[in-house]
Amino acid sequence: MADFIKQNAHRFFANNKKGENAELLADLNSEYRDRRKDAVKRVIANMTVGKDVSSLFPQVVKNMQTEDLEMKKLVYLYLMNYAKSNPDLVILAVNTFVKDTDHVNPLIRALAIRTMGCIRVDKILDHLCEPLRKCLQDDNPYVRKTAAICVAKLWDLDQERALENGFVTTLQDLVSDSNPMVVSNAVTALAEMQESSATKDVFVVNVAFMNKMLAALNECTEWGQIAILTSLAEYKPLDSKEAENICERVIPRLQHANGSVVLSAIRVIMMFMRHIKSDDFVKGLVKKMSPPLVSLLASAPEVQYVSLRNINLILQKRPDILQNDVRVFFCKYNDPPYVKREKLEIMIKLCNEKNIEQILSELKEYASEVDVDFVRKAVHAIGRCAIMIDEASERCVNVLLDLINTKVNYVVQEAIIVIKDIFRKYPKRYEAIIPTLCQNLDSLDEPEAKGSLIWIIGEYAERIENADELIENFLETFLEENSQVQLQLLTATVKLFLKKPSQSQEIVHRVLQTATQEIDNPDTRDRAYVYWRLLSTDPQAAKAVVLSEKPPISVETSTISPGLMDELINNISTLASVYHKPPKAFMGNRAFSADAVKKAAAADARDEEQNMGDAALESPTATGGAAAAKNPIADLLDLDFGSSEPALTSPPVSSSSQKPSGPNYSADLFDFSSDVPSSSGNGAMGVMGSMSGFGITMAPTTSSTAAPAPAGNNDPFGDLGGFGQPAQQQQQQQKPATSQSSATNDLLGLF
Amino acid sequence: MASAVSAIFILDLKGKVLISRNYRGDIPMSAVEKFLPLVLEAEEDSQAPAPCFTDDGINYLYIRHNNLFLLAITRKNSNATTVMLFLHTIAEVLTEYFKELEEESIRDNFVIIYELLDEMMDFGYPQTTESKILQEYITQDAYKLEVQVRPPMAVTNAVSWRSEGIRYRKNEVFLDVVESVNLLVNANGNVLRSEILGAVKMKVFLSGMPELRLGLNDKVMFESTGRSPTKGKSIEMEDVKFHQCVRLSKFENDRTISFIPPDGEFDLMTYRLNTQVKPLIWVEALVENYTGSRVEYLIRAKAQFKRRSSANNVEIHIPVPEDADTPKFRSGIGSVQYVPEKACVIWKIKQFQGGKEFSMRAHFGLPSVKNLEDADKRPPMSIKFEIPYFTTSGIQVRYLKIQERSGYAALPWVRYITQNGDYQMRMPDSIKASKMAPI
Repeated sequence: MADFIKQNAHRFFANNKKGENAELLADLNSEYRDRRKDAVKRVIANMTVGKDVSSLFPQVVKNMQTEDLEMKKLVYLYLMNYAKSNPDLVILAVNTFVKDTDHVNPLIRALAIRTMGCIRVDKILDHLCEPLRKCLQDDNPYVRKTAAICVAKLWDLDQERALENGFVTTLQDLVSDSNPMVVSNAVTALAEMQESSATKDVFVVNVAFMNKMLAALNECTEWGQIAILTSLAEYKPLDSKEAENICERVIPRLQHANGSVVLSAIRVIMMFMRHIKSDDFVKGLVKKMSPPLVSLLASAPEVQYVSLRNINLILQKRPDILQNDVRVFFCKYNDPPYVKREKLEIMIKLCNEKNIEQILSELKEYASEVDVDFVRKAVHAIGRCAIMIDEASERCVNVLLDLINTKVNYVVQEAIIVIKDIFRKYPKRYEAIIPTLCQNLDSLDEPEAKGSLIWIIGEYAERIENADELIENFLETFLEENSQVQLQLLTATVKLFLKKPSQSQEIVHRVLQTATQEIDNPDTRDRAYVYWRLLSTDPQAAKAVVLSEKPPISVETSTISPGLMDELINNISTLASVYHKPPKAFMGNRAFSADAVKKAAAADARDEEQNMGDAALESPTATGGAAAAKNPIADLLDLDFGSSEPALTSPPVSSSSQKPSGPNYSADLFDFSSDVPSSSGNGAMGVMGSMSGFGITMAPTTSSTAAPAPAGNNDPFGDLGGFGQPAQQQQQQQKPATSQSSATNDLLGLF
Repeated sequence: MASAVSAIFILDLKGKVLISRNYRGDIPMSAVEKFLPLVLEAEEDSQAPAPCFTDDGINYLYIRHNNLFLLAITRKNSNATTVMLFLHTIAEVLTEYFKELEEESIRDNFVIIYELLDEMMDFGYPQTTESKILQEYITQDAYKLEVQVRPPMAVTNAVSWRSEGIRYRKNEVFLDVVESVNLLVNANGNVLRSEILGAVKMKVFLSGMPELRLGLNDKVMFESTGRSPTKGKSIEMEDVKFHQCVRLSKFENDRTISFIPPDGEFDLMTYRLNTQVKPLIWVEALVENYTGSRVEYLIRAKAQFKRRSSANNVEIHIPVPEDADTPKFRSGIGSVQYVPEKACVIWKIKQFQGGKEFSMRAHFGLPSVKNLEDADKRPPMSIKFEIPYFTTSGIQVRYLKIQERSGYAALPWVRYITQNGDYQMRMPDSIKASKMAPI
């Protein structure tokens, strides 16, 4: 491209001395064309580096009337940027604009109408409609396609005016234009207008529109095809046969080189599949979608990322897809971390008895990489496989043991965390490995790992000979521990006492005393009070509560509620499908309907991160007894909706206590405090007082667990203290936030 | 579902905006100031930042290109795939215009970049992005001419990728069938992944508006037409992707590949095959570690293809510890080179004939003090090669028919080549050796 080697633009930027604007002013008024053009370029250069050159507005606009296309474009560009700051002066430009929309050169006609639409100033609108009407009927398709988009621009500023001038009807006519690009831009504009129209009658995709769009589909540019496929999906097929026909017309798009065309076609197919009655036809469609989905993995990493998030969704909707393709999701050494993370998720989703051997050997390989975050996720994934596939659990445990033997600190800790989940899923099956775990006691420094091991010790206290010594060992640093570990130690000690009363009477007494007297954290202190009271009032009840059966845990591959799933399928390829959240949740619209809140909360339950837990923990501790004053639900939501990028949101509730980083321990407490407002009057020893805050926060927390949560994320220890029976708990979780649970009532009777 | 973006930015790695274009005016342009801090924040939390995220109601989608960020922001639930692809398209078009897309070329060409951004996207919707067509009416030189440029017909035509009136004295077409082999082998020598990514690349120097038809030994086509290949075998392609010039519905109907090509170079189609084939070049490594003081590698490479073919410019990259020193090599063929900055040894073999096997020994000293904290990075071995006149899949161009109104005769030329794609073999664990082996 020798043409573009250099235009020596440095000089445009270099001029930095004082009084530059004055100099520009002089040059803009110069009688020499070249000098004026040079000055306009310098103005634009200044604009590019962010200097304010709005004061030159009248002088720049004066140069608009020129036959020099480059100059014209520059002045137009200037106008778009500064019209807002000089709304009164914009009128100076109107004449030239209107004249330009009549120019013999279609390029200039289109340029003028395009730019006019971008000047978001009311005064321009008065003069826009006539030229726009002309341009919509222009002989030249380039002008028409530009005018079509311009109608959407007008609509964005003044819907009334667009309707009055009949532009909506004109656009609808343009859908039948002979030129494919005009058709696709008309469709694009109409689709956008429909979205923001109050009456929703701007663009109802009926049979006629559908047929015209299908006809144009073959001839459009790649971007036009995307626009058409997007609108096509809005069509409501009359019957199964029609849906089949449309799918057949769309299928060839799966062969397009542009990945977005492919995903848009897949969106149409996935949506229309709902209407198709023939199972064989659906099977055929699913089969046809697999290879293009796999091919998307050959695109640029950012596109791969978006595709992988979508594949993740599609897999949850149609688990029969990609069944034999797990190998293509194996991570490459040089994949970017965000791609690896998503591939890992999909590998777990595709995991079954046949391929588990392969997947395990891959995961083991990943566990020896250097990226700590990825390594931990790989280790965690091994645990999830064990929980998903009963037959493979033993192999998984063996791999985890191998990894523990590497003594790499973070690998060991993560392994212990997932082994705790395996113990919950398969109680009593792998007791033999407890000694190995205990050997690593000293290397644990993360609260979650410590908590996990302590839980295991408490749970199996009767089989571990030196359980009391181990607990004693941990208790030495009881006061310095993270509250998460403290809670765990508390419960483990009580379990130990209930199982081996003779050995541990002294320990339990000491722990409860320390916890109630020396710890300020209400979570820990109050739990100690509860235990203490339980133990002193009715040891049998204590046993029933603390040593009760845990509700089973499971790792579901599909973790999105069906309602949300359908909404996300409707949004394939969009940001919603990447975040796995309904569009409302991130579109700056902060007013949520109750339904949206529930859906959003359910969406979040599946989030790999532990934000839910954090949020639940944080709001009560920070807002404390005064929680009622604030609206903790809103706080939670604020946290949630950023949680696909947890690091990017600053939590609105800044916790005054140490930031708990672990799972949802306090959720257990909420379980028995849900109807506190009515009974807080008799709160024993101030326990209930500080709990009343939790009662409110419980709403989003429990409704979120209604969707099956991945093991180890939400509430990894199940009922910890075991308040409430599993069945009732389950039931409670599915009830709406305000309902009172009978389990809770029973428990409160204990006090 | 509107896929519009609000604004596009090109930034340097420090987050400074080099050039930007505000398409919708619904987001303050200052939103870009939060972009890099947000990315860095995410990086700090050891969360690999994803290429799109949302903050305060604004969605940020970005790609990296050389030392630049290309960023799009939007308030809507935009089509993320479209946006990502469009950002890549901007990078491609600007690269075609300026050869290199970097800070300097942006500064030098800001006027034309504004013009391109204006032409490629309107109100946040992608428009014309074919760089060859854009170059017809957005150029620096055009303004020196007295005649004003007009929008080429092709911009809005159904054939939006080719202009009319192209003339060549000699009408020729060059077809390159290039197959890249992606391979992943684990440390035990099991093939985890093996796929072929093929591409039919064309260089077209044809006058007028030629109609082309390409015939391949495509199994599905033979089956659907009930014919059998006259000679040789047919192949089954898992997934085929076509350049937008190919009539997709026609392909879906009867598997004919018919099209009016763009002028010059382009990728006509890509295809993928998952068929397990014997890895073309097989490399085995044996690593012996002598009580941490030195390490020895024995590398054996085998060419597992027919004797009459040979691989050119073979490079085998073997990762070694970062603190390795005093390299010594011995090899039966080719040259061996230690590249400390990449912590690897590169064994280069100019020509590697099919069926042959060679070996190489490398020996390194290791510092006596080893930092145990450093987790061992274990990158895989990677292998580069090119095998001309050979395709792994057996794909064959049966014919390329060229028809144009003027009835000229044109010559098609076809070449085949197989090369490495992501061709990786994981290193085995080193064995602790006790006895000293001679080198």
